[in-house]
Amino acid sequence: MAKNFLTENKIPFENIDVGKDREAARSMIQKSGQMGVPVIDIEGKIIIGFNKFAIMEELGLK
Amino acid sequence: MMYDLIIMGAGPAGITAGVYGARKRMNFLIISKDVGGQTSWVGDVENYIGYQFISGPDLVTKFREHLEKFNVGLKVEEEVKLVRRESDTIHITSDKGKYEARTVIIASGRKPRMLGAEGEMKYMNRGVTYCATCDAPLFADMDVAVVGGGNAGLDATLQLINIANKIFVIEFTSTFKADPIMMERARASGKVTFYTQSKVETIYGDTFVKGIKVRHGDELFDLPVQGVFVEIGSTPVSHIAPDVKKNKFNEIIVDPKCRTNIEGIFAAGDVTDVPAKQIIVACGEGCKALLAAFEYLNTR
Repeated sequence: MAKNFLTENKIPFENIDVGKDREAARSMIQKSGQMGVPVIDIEGKIIIGFNKFAIMEELGLK
Repeated sequence: MMYDLIIMGAGPAGITAGVYGARKRMNFLIISKDVGGQTSWVGDVENYIGYQFISGPDLVTKFREHLEKFNVGLKVEEEVKLVRRESDTIHITSDKGKYEARTVIIASGRKPRMLGAEGEMKYMNRGVTYCATCDAPLFADMDVAVVGGGNAGLDATLQLINIANKIFVIEFTSTFKADPIMMERARASGKVTFYTQSKVETIYGDTFVKGIKVRHGDELFDLPVQGVFVEIGSTPVSHIAPDVKKNKFNEIIVDPKCRTNIEGIFAAGDVTDVPAKQIIVACGEGCKALLAAFEYLNTR
């Protein structure tokens, strides 16, 4: 869902599958303080879950 | 706008109804919180005919592709809150809007049952999880508990075997209800310890889970684990239709044509009292419900 949203809005992103990359999983848990996915990191700002309004606000989009 | 039909839910039942509805060129809409429902959480599916083996998420992708071959109105991330018939119209209220339809198919499925242990809410997404398929990879090399000794619990256990360190499977009753083949695979791994007649009373930790306290008769013992996978069954999402008749398990009562006690309201899949909660059964029921709704509309 989050990936579709980003693609549809032509927002470039790097997709990391924490199910396959154990180091990335550890880093995600450390950064977000929880274990739910998705976690979106916009230049250090962490958004937990798919919250399109938070993503748009962080990117300055309407 | 008055729809011929609104389908609630996009699991196997809802998607199948959608495919049949599209082929009949009906004016309909699907409203659902997600696509796939419980099937998205299943690890391995080995009994959906035509696929000797497919993962739950891959099967959902196939379902979705099939549905999207047709130009179908699919509203995802929208949750229906109330379904009610008033005179000849069925009113549907969701968290995002209001709709009207001549018929509805409730295919809202089931949601996981919670444990009711102290600390469960506090540690949700901090070690406590209800979806092994989604979250098992996050517990690499950790010790984890799986609560529930049915097929769901053993499915979670088998997913964890190649990921976690030690796995403790905790069952409340005196026997494991999972298929023997699953039990054999779990035993053969050498990683699994089984407990019967045991109940998780407390989940504790700091930011994340550090352990659980388990009651076995008079004894209360401690298991240091970083993950707790809750697999103790599910409850039907039937509260959205307060006027529809349910059985003692809150499952919607349907007749062989998927009709409920209220005219124009049909139900299909795991939310109903139809036995055998299986993907293939839910698909069949979704088909039946759609054909029944179509017939109902044509005779009015």
